[in-house]
Amino acid sequence: MRVELTVNGEARSDEVEPRLLLVHYLREVCGLRAANIGCDTTSCGACTVLLDGESVKSCTVLTAQAAGSQVTTAEGLASNGDLHPVQAAFRAEHGLQCGFCTPGMVMATVSLLAENQNPTEQEVREGLEGNLCRCTGYHNIVRAVLAAAAANSEGTG
Amino acid sequence: MIPAQFDYVAASSIAQALELLAEHGEDAKVLAGGHSLLPMMKLRLAAPEVLVDITGVPGLRGIMQDGDEIVIGATTRHADVASSSLIRSDAPLLGHAASLVGDPQIRHRGTIGGSIAHADPAADLPMAIIALGARLELTGPDGTRMVAADDFFTGYFETALAECELLTAIRVPRRPDEPWGYQKFVRRANDWAIVGVAATGGRIALANMGPTPLRATAAEKSLAAGNDPYQAAELAAEGTSPASDIHADPDYRRHLARVLTARALTGQR
Repeated sequence: MRVELTVNGEARSDEVEPRLLLVHYLREVCGLRAANIGCDTTSCGACTVLLDGESVKSCTVLTAQAAGSQVTTAEGLASNGDLHPVQAAFRAEHGLQCGFCTPGMVMATVSLLAENQNPTEQEVREGLEGNLCRCTGYHNIVRAVLAAAAANSEGTG
Repeated sequence: MIPAQFDYVAASSIAQALELLAEHGEDAKVLAGGHSLLPMMKLRLAAPEVLVDITGVPGLRGIMQDGDEIVIGATTRHADVASSSLIRSDAPLLGHAASLVGDPQIRHRGTIGGSIAHADPAADLPMAIIALGARLELTGPDGTRMVAADDFFTGYFETALAECELLTAIRVPRRPDEPWGYQKFVRRANDWAIVGVAATGGRIALANMGPTPLRATAAEKSLAAGNDPYQAAELAAEGTSPASDIHADPDYRRHLARVLTARALTGQR
Protein backbone atom coordinates (compact mmCIF):
# COMPACT_ATOMS: atom_id res chain seq x y z
CA MET A 1 0.00 0.00 0.00
CA ARG A 2 1.07 3.58 -0.57
CA VAL A 3 1.59 5.76 2.46
CA GLU A 4 2.05 9.51 2.39
CA LEU A 5 3.40 11.23 5.47
CA THR A 6 5.87 13.87 6.54
CA VAL A 7 9.11 12.85 8.23
CA ASN A 8 11.21 15.57 9.82
CA GLY A 9 9.53 18.15 7.63
CA GLU A 10 10.03 16.23 4.38
CA ALA A 11 6.95 15.01 2.53
CA ARG A 12 7.31 11.34 1.61
CA SER A 13 5.33 8.80 -0.38
CA ASP A 14 6.36 5.18 -0.06
CA GLU A 15 5.06 1.77 -0.98
CA VAL A 16 4.96 -0.32 2.19
CA GLU A 17 3.54 -3.56 3.49
CA PRO A 18 0.58 -2.94 5.83
CA ARG A 19 2.45 -4.77 8.58
CA LEU A 20 5.52 -2.53 8.39
CA LEU A 21 6.04 -1.01 11.83
CA LEU A 22 6.82 2.69 11.98
CA VAL A 23 10.19 2.08 13.64
CA HIS A 24 11.23 -0.25 10.82
CA TYR A 25 10.00 2.27 8.25
CA LEU A 26 12.03 5.05 9.85
CA ARG A 27 15.18 2.98 10.22
CA GLU A 28 15.13 0.92 7.04
CA VAL A 29 13.15 2.93 4.48
CA CYS A 30 14.04 6.46 5.59
CA GLY A 31 17.51 5.56 6.87
CA LEU A 32 16.88 7.38 10.15
CA ARG A 33 18.53 5.31 12.86
CA ALA A 34 18.01 7.48 15.95
CA ALA A 35 14.93 5.60 17.10
CA ASN A 36 16.29 2.36 18.54
CA ILE A 37 14.53 -0.97 18.83
CA GLY A 38 15.00 -1.99 22.44
CA CYS A 39 12.37 -4.22 23.99
CA ASP A 40 10.05 -4.28 20.95
CA THR A 41 7.13 -4.68 23.39
CA THR A 42 5.97 -1.08 24.08
CA SER A 43 7.86 -1.02 27.36
CA CYS A 44 11.30 0.59 27.07
CA GLY A 45 10.63 3.71 25.03
CA ALA A 46 13.89 3.56 23.04
CA CYS A 47 11.85 3.84 19.84
CA THR A 48 9.96 6.97 20.95
CA VAL A 49 9.27 9.48 18.18
CA LEU A 50 6.80 12.33 17.83
CA LEU A 51 3.59 11.74 15.90
CA ASP A 52 1.95 15.11 15.26
CA GLY A 53 4.01 16.50 18.12
CA GLU A 54 3.18 13.81 20.69
CA SER A 55 5.43 11.04 21.92
CA VAL A 56 4.59 7.52 20.72
CA LYS A 57 6.42 4.21 20.74
CA SER A 58 7.10 3.54 17.08
CA CYS A 59 7.46 -0.23 17.63
CA THR A 60 3.71 -0.29 18.28
CA VAL A 61 2.49 1.93 15.45
CA LEU A 62 1.95 0.72 11.90
CA THR A 63 3.38 2.94 9.20
CA ALA A 64 -0.11 2.88 7.74
CA GLN A 65 -1.46 4.44 10.94
CA ALA A 66 0.93 7.37 10.50
CA ALA A 67 -0.43 8.22 7.05
CA GLY A 68 -1.13 11.93 6.77
CA SER A 69 0.79 12.68 9.95
CA GLN A 70 3.96 14.53 10.85
CA VAL A 71 6.65 12.26 12.25
CA THR A 72 9.64 13.75 14.05
CA THR A 73 12.71 11.76 15.04
CA ALA A 74 15.76 12.92 16.97
CA GLU A 75 17.42 13.65 13.60
CA GLY A 76 14.75 16.28 12.99
CA LEU A 77 15.21 18.26 16.19
CA ALA A 78 18.30 20.36 15.47
CA SER A 79 17.87 23.35 13.21
CA ASN A 80 20.62 25.07 11.21
CA GLY A 81 23.23 23.03 13.03
CA ASP A 82 22.06 24.17 16.46
CA LEU A 83 21.03 21.50 18.91
CA HIS A 84 17.44 21.58 20.12
CA PRO A 85 17.30 22.95 23.70
CA VAL A 86 16.47 19.48 25.01
CA GLN A 87 19.44 17.97 23.18
CA ALA A 88 21.68 20.77 24.46
CA ALA A 89 20.50 20.18 28.03
CA PHE A 90 21.13 16.42 27.80
CA ARG A 91 24.63 17.21 26.57
CA ALA A 92 25.33 19.89 29.19
CA GLU A 93 24.01 17.80 32.09
CA HIS A 94 25.47 14.55 30.75
CA GLY A 95 22.01 13.00 30.67
CA LEU A 96 23.26 9.75 29.23
CA GLN A 97 25.64 6.90 29.82
CA CYS A 98 25.69 4.33 27.01
CA GLY A 99 23.33 6.46 24.91
CA PHE A 100 20.98 3.71 23.74
CA CYS A 101 17.90 5.16 25.44
CA THR A 102 18.90 8.75 24.72
CA PRO A 103 17.01 9.45 21.45
CA GLY A 104 13.83 8.08 23.03
CA MET A 105 14.43 10.00 26.25
CA VAL A 106 14.98 13.21 24.29
CA MET A 107 11.82 12.76 22.21
CA ALA A 108 9.75 11.87 25.29
CA THR A 109 11.14 14.99 26.95
CA VAL A 110 10.21 17.23 24.02
CA SER A 111 6.65 15.89 24.24
CA LEU A 112 6.55 16.19 28.04
CA LEU A 113 7.71 19.82 27.98
CA ALA A 114 5.16 20.64 25.29
CA GLU A 115 2.43 19.47 27.68
CA ASN A 116 3.98 20.81 30.90
CA GLN A 117 6.47 23.65 30.48
CA ASN A 118 7.64 23.75 34.09
CA PRO A 119 7.42 20.25 35.53
CA THR A 120 8.49 19.41 39.05
CA GLU A 121 11.13 16.73 39.52
CA GLN A 122 8.34 14.30 40.44
CA GLU A 123 6.42 15.21 37.28
CA VAL A 124 9.56 14.63 35.20
CA ARG A 125 10.07 11.20 36.73
CA GLU A 126 6.43 10.27 36.12
CA GLY A 127 6.45 11.88 32.68
CA LEU A 128 9.38 9.67 31.65
CA GLU A 129 7.97 6.46 33.13
CA GLY A 130 7.61 5.08 29.62
CA ASN A 131 11.37 5.26 29.02
CA LEU A 132 13.85 2.87 30.59
CA CYS A 133 17.58 3.58 30.93
CA ARG A 134 19.43 0.29 31.09
CA CYS A 135 22.40 2.07 32.69
CA THR A 136 19.99 3.36 35.38
CA GLY A 137 21.34 6.85 34.73
CA TYR A 138 18.12 8.54 35.71
CA HIS A 139 19.48 11.28 37.97
CA ASN A 140 21.32 13.12 35.21
CA ILE A 141 18.45 12.55 32.79
CA VAL A 142 16.00 14.18 35.21
CA ARG A 143 18.51 16.99 35.78
CA ALA A 144 18.76 17.50 32.01
CA VAL A 145 14.98 17.70 31.61
CA LEU A 146 14.71 20.26 34.40
CA ALA A 147 17.56 22.25 32.83
CA ALA A 148 15.82 22.16 29.46
CA ALA A 149 12.59 23.40 31.06
CA ALA A 150 14.47 26.22 32.78
CA ALA A 151 16.25 27.17 29.53
CA ASN A 152 12.91 27.20 27.71
CA SER A 153 11.27 29.48 30.24
CA GLU A 154 14.26 31.84 30.12
CA GLY A 155 14.05 31.86 26.35
CA THR A 156 10.35 32.69 26.31
CA GLY A 157 10.06 34.64 29.55
CA MET B 1 8.90 -8.88 15.97
CA ILE B 2 6.79 -8.52 12.87
CA PRO B 3 3.08 -9.33 12.61
CA ALA B 4 1.77 -11.89 10.11
CA GLN B 5 0.57 -10.41 6.84
CA PHE B 6 -2.81 -8.71 6.72
CA ASP B 7 -4.81 -6.28 4.65
CA TYR B 8 -5.32 -2.82 6.11
CA VAL B 9 -8.43 -0.75 5.49
CA ALA B 10 -8.98 2.72 6.92
CA ALA B 11 -12.74 2.89 7.33
CA SER B 12 -14.32 6.25 6.61
CA SER B 13 -17.70 5.59 8.23
CA ILE B 14 -19.32 3.34 10.81
CA ALA B 15 -21.38 1.77 8.01
CA GLN B 16 -18.24 0.89 6.05
CA ALA B 17 -16.56 -0.56 9.13
CA LEU B 18 -19.63 -2.69 9.86
CA GLU B 19 -19.75 -3.90 6.24
CA LEU B 20 -16.10 -4.95 6.43
CA LEU B 21 -16.69 -6.77 9.72
CA ALA B 22 -19.71 -8.54 8.24
CA GLU B 23 -17.78 -9.46 5.10
CA HIS B 24 -14.70 -10.84 6.84
CA GLY B 25 -16.22 -12.22 10.04
CA GLU B 26 -13.73 -13.58 12.50
CA ASP B 27 -10.84 -12.95 10.09
CA ALA B 28 -11.20 -9.20 10.71
CA LYS B 29 -10.18 -7.19 13.74
CA VAL B 30 -10.99 -3.60 14.56
CA LEU B 31 -7.93 -1.39 14.95
CA ALA B 32 -7.98 1.83 16.95
CA GLY B 33 -4.82 2.83 18.85
CA GLY B 34 -3.51 -0.70 18.41
CA HIS B 35 -1.82 -0.80 21.78
CA SER B 36 -3.44 -4.07 22.79
CA LEU B 37 -3.88 -5.59 19.34
CA LEU B 38 -0.49 -4.88 17.74
CA PRO B 39 1.55 -6.41 20.60
CA MET B 40 -0.61 -9.54 20.31
CA MET B 41 -0.10 -9.60 16.54
CA LYS B 42 3.66 -9.18 16.95
CA LEU B 43 3.67 -12.21 19.26
CA ARG B 44 1.39 -14.01 16.76
CA LEU B 45 -1.19 -14.45 19.50
CA ALA B 46 -3.49 -12.82 16.98
CA ALA B 47 -3.24 -13.06 13.21
CA PRO B 48 -6.23 -11.31 11.65
CA GLU B 49 -6.37 -11.23 7.87
CA VAL B 50 -7.95 -7.79 7.75
CA LEU B 51 -7.49 -4.80 10.04
CA VAL B 52 -10.30 -2.27 9.97
CA ASP B 53 -8.86 1.01 11.24
CA ILE B 54 -11.67 3.09 12.77
CA THR B 55 -9.60 6.01 14.01
CA GLY B 56 -10.54 8.11 10.98
CA VAL B 57 -14.28 7.49 11.32
CA PRO B 58 -15.98 10.84 11.98
CA GLY B 59 -17.97 11.13 15.19
CA LEU B 60 -16.23 8.34 17.09
CA ARG B 61 -13.81 10.57 18.94
CA GLY B 62 -14.63 13.21 21.52
CA ILE B 63 -16.13 13.89 24.93
CA MET B 64 -19.46 15.65 25.46
CA GLN B 65 -22.16 16.15 28.02
CA ASP B 66 -25.60 14.68 27.35
CA GLY B 67 -27.97 15.38 30.21
CA ASP B 68 -26.93 13.35 33.23
CA GLU B 69 -24.28 11.47 31.27
CA ILE B 70 -20.89 12.10 29.73
CA VAL B 71 -20.62 10.51 26.29
CA ILE B 72 -17.12 9.45 25.29
CA GLY B 73 -16.51 8.33 21.73
CA ALA B 74 -14.84 4.94 21.45
CA THR B 75 -11.68 6.21 19.75
CA THR B 76 -11.05 8.92 22.34
CA ARG B 77 -7.51 8.46 23.60
CA HIS B 78 -6.54 7.88 27.23
CA ALA B 79 -4.62 11.19 27.23
CA ASP B 80 -7.78 13.05 26.20
CA VAL B 81 -9.92 11.29 28.82
CA ALA B 82 -7.33 11.99 31.51
CA SER B 83 -7.06 15.69 30.64
CA SER B 84 -10.76 16.39 30.02
CA SER B 85 -12.06 19.05 32.42
CA LEU B 86 -15.61 17.65 32.09
CA ILE B 87 -14.46 14.17 33.11
CA ARG B 88 -12.18 15.52 35.84
CA SER B 89 -15.10 17.39 37.39
CA ASP B 90 -18.06 15.06 36.78
CA ALA B 91 -16.50 11.57 36.65
CA PRO B 92 -13.10 12.03 38.31
CA LEU B 93 -12.62 8.31 38.92
CA LEU B 94 -12.56 7.74 35.15
CA GLY B 95 -10.04 10.52 34.53
CA HIS B 96 -7.82 9.11 37.25
CA ALA B 97 -8.07 5.59 35.80
CA ALA B 98 -7.19 6.85 32.31
CA SER B 99 -4.14 8.67 33.71
CA LEU B 100 -2.84 5.35 35.09
CA VAL B 101 -3.03 3.37 31.84
CA GLY B 102 0.47 2.48 30.64
CA ASP B 103 2.70 5.50 30.24
CA PRO B 104 2.47 8.85 28.40
CA GLN B 105 3.35 7.35 25.01
CA ILE B 106 0.73 4.63 25.42
CA ARG B 107 -1.88 7.19 26.53
CA HIS B 108 -1.17 9.20 23.36
CA ARG B 109 -2.27 6.23 21.25
CA GLY B 110 -4.49 3.88 23.25
CA THR B 111 -8.25 4.47 23.20
CA ILE B 112 -10.97 3.99 25.78
CA GLY B 113 -13.04 1.85 23.43
CA GLY B 114 -10.08 -0.30 22.50
CA SER B 115 -9.17 -0.93 26.10
CA ILE B 116 -12.73 -1.84 27.05
CA ALA B 117 -13.36 -4.04 24.01
CA HIS B 118 -10.04 -5.82 24.63
CA ALA B 119 -11.48 -6.76 28.07
CA ASP B 120 -8.28 -7.49 29.94
CA PRO B 121 -9.46 -8.34 33.48
CA ALA B 122 -6.36 -6.60 34.91
CA ALA B 123 -6.87 -3.33 33.04
CA ASP B 124 -7.89 0.02 34.53
CA LEU B 125 -10.77 1.16 32.35
CA PRO B 126 -12.96 -1.98 32.42
CA MET B 127 -12.83 -1.85 36.23
CA ALA B 128 -13.48 1.89 36.24
CA ILE B 129 -16.60 1.74 34.07
CA ILE B 130 -18.05 -1.05 36.22
CA ALA B 131 -17.49 1.03 39.37
CA LEU B 132 -19.14 4.00 37.67
CA GLY B 133 -22.12 2.03 36.37
CA ALA B 134 -21.43 3.13 32.79
CA ARG B 135 -23.42 2.07 29.74
CA LEU B 136 -21.85 1.00 26.47
CA GLU B 137 -23.24 1.82 23.06
CA LEU B 138 -22.81 -1.06 20.62
CA THR B 139 -23.58 -0.44 16.96
CA GLY B 140 -24.36 -3.22 14.52
CA PRO B 141 -26.04 -3.63 11.15
CA ASP B 142 -29.47 -3.38 12.80
CA GLY B 143 -28.73 -0.25 14.78
CA THR B 144 -27.56 0.60 18.25
CA ARG B 145 -28.11 -1.14 21.56
CA MET B 146 -27.08 -0.20 25.06
CA VAL B 147 -25.38 -2.68 27.36
CA ALA B 148 -24.58 -2.03 31.02
CA ALA B 149 -20.88 -2.27 31.87
CA ASP B 150 -21.90 -4.96 34.39
CA ASP B 151 -23.14 -7.16 31.53
CA PHE B 152 -20.44 -6.38 28.96
CA PHE B 153 -17.58 -8.56 30.19
CA THR B 154 -18.60 -12.17 29.64
CA GLY B 155 -15.35 -14.10 30.01
CA TYR B 156 -11.58 -13.97 29.83
CA PHE B 157 -10.97 -11.37 27.09
CA GLU B 158 -14.57 -11.95 25.99
CA THR B 159 -17.37 -9.41 25.72
CA ALA B 160 -21.01 -9.05 24.74
CA LEU B 161 -19.92 -7.59 21.37
CA ALA B 162 -21.25 -9.61 18.45
CA GLU B 163 -18.82 -10.42 15.65
CA CYS B 164 -20.08 -7.63 13.42
CA GLU B 165 -20.69 -5.03 16.10
CA LEU B 166 -18.64 -1.99 17.07
CA LEU B 167 -18.30 -0.42 20.48
CA THR B 168 -19.08 3.17 19.49
CA ALA B 169 -19.46 5.12 22.74
CA ILE B 170 -19.21 4.92 26.50
CA ARG B 171 -21.84 6.71 28.60
CA VAL B 172 -20.80 7.55 32.14
CA PRO B 173 -23.18 8.98 34.78
CA ARG B 174 -22.26 12.50 35.90
CA ARG B 175 -21.68 12.51 39.65
CA PRO B 176 -19.50 15.51 40.42
CA ASP B 177 -19.78 15.33 44.22
CA GLU B 178 -19.67 11.56 44.70
CA PRO B 179 -16.70 10.44 46.83
CA TRP B 180 -14.48 7.84 45.21
CA GLY B 181 -11.39 5.76 45.81
CA TYR B 182 -9.00 3.99 43.47
CA GLN B 183 -6.30 1.47 44.24
CA LYS B 184 -3.96 -0.15 41.74
CA PHE B 185 -1.36 -2.48 43.17
CA VAL B 186 1.66 -2.88 40.87
CA ARG B 187 5.28 -3.86 41.27
CA ARG B 188 6.62 -2.04 38.20
CA ALA B 189 5.97 1.32 36.61
CA ASN B 190 3.32 1.31 33.86
CA ASP B 191 2.19 -2.25 34.60
CA TRP B 192 -1.25 -3.82 34.83
CA ALA B 193 -2.79 -4.19 38.27
CA ILE B 194 -1.86 -7.27 40.28
CA VAL B 195 -5.14 -6.38 41.96
CA GLY B 196 -7.14 -3.20 41.43
CA VAL B 197 -10.12 -1.74 43.26
CA ALA B 198 -12.33 1.17 42.22
CA ALA B 199 -15.13 2.31 44.51
CA THR B 200 -17.76 5.03 44.24
CA GLY B 201 -21.47 5.47 45.01
CA GLY B 202 -21.75 2.20 46.92
CA ARG B 203 -20.30 0.21 44.03
CA ILE B 204 -16.99 -1.66 44.29
CA ALA B 205 -15.23 -3.03 41.18
CA LEU B 206 -12.24 -5.36 41.23
CA ALA B 207 -9.54 -5.88 38.59
CA ASN B 208 -7.61 -9.14 38.18
CA MET B 209 -9.69 -11.07 40.71
CA GLY B 210 -11.15 -13.42 38.10
CA PRO B 211 -11.53 -13.89 34.35
CA THR B 212 -13.43 -10.60 34.06
CA PRO B 213 -13.48 -7.34 35.99
CA LEU B 214 -16.22 -7.81 38.57
CA ARG B 215 -18.25 -6.34 41.42
CA ALA B 216 -17.46 -7.11 45.04
CA THR B 217 -21.14 -7.71 45.73
CA ALA B 218 -20.80 -9.12 49.26
CA ALA B 219 -18.81 -6.07 50.33
CA GLU B 220 -21.31 -3.75 48.62
CA LYS B 221 -24.19 -5.39 50.50
CA SER B 222 -22.33 -5.08 53.78
CA LEU B 223 -21.78 -1.41 53.10
CA ALA B 224 -25.43 -0.91 52.17
CA ALA B 225 -26.45 -2.62 55.43
CA GLY B 226 -24.65 0.11 57.32
CA ASN B 227 -21.37 -1.61 58.15
CA ASP B 228 -18.24 0.49 58.13
CA PRO B 229 -15.76 0.34 55.23
CA TYR B 230 -13.34 -1.91 57.10
CA GLN B 231 -16.06 -4.46 57.92
CA ALA B 232 -17.32 -4.34 54.33
CA ALA B 233 -13.82 -4.71 52.93
CA GLU B 234 -13.38 -8.00 54.80
CA LEU B 235 -15.86 -9.47 52.29
CA ALA B 236 -14.20 -8.01 49.17
CA ALA B 237 -12.83 -11.35 47.93
CA GLU B 238 -16.06 -13.32 48.51
CA GLY B 239 -17.07 -15.20 45.39
CA THR B 240 -13.95 -14.29 43.41
CA SER B 241 -11.68 -16.76 41.64
CA PRO B 242 -8.32 -15.01 41.20
CA ALA B 243 -5.61 -16.65 39.14
CA SER B 244 -2.08 -17.54 40.13
CA ASP B 245 0.91 -16.08 38.28
CA ILE B 246 4.47 -14.98 38.95
CA HIS B 247 3.24 -11.90 40.80
CA ALA B 248 0.77 -13.40 43.24
CA ASP B 249 -1.06 -16.58 44.22
CA PRO B 250 -4.85 -16.58 44.80
CA ASP B 251 -4.57 -16.20 48.60
CA TYR B 252 -2.35 -13.16 48.25
CA ARG B 253 -4.73 -11.65 45.69
CA ARG B 254 -7.67 -12.14 48.08
CA HIS B 255 -5.64 -10.46 50.80
CA LEU B 256 -4.86 -7.57 48.46
CA ALA B 257 -8.53 -7.25 47.49
CA ARG B 258 -9.51 -6.84 51.16
CA VAL B 259 -6.76 -4.36 51.98
CA LEU B 260 -7.19 -2.32 48.80
CA THR B 261 -10.99 -2.26 49.14
CA ALA B 262 -10.68 -0.78 52.62
CA ARG B 263 -8.38 1.90 51.21
CA ALA B 264 -10.64 2.59 48.21
CA LEU B 265 -13.73 2.83 50.42
CA THR B 266 -11.98 5.41 52.56
CA GLY B 267 -11.27 7.54 49.52
CA GLN B 268 -7.62 6.67 49.06
CA ARG B 269 -6.21 6.87 45.56
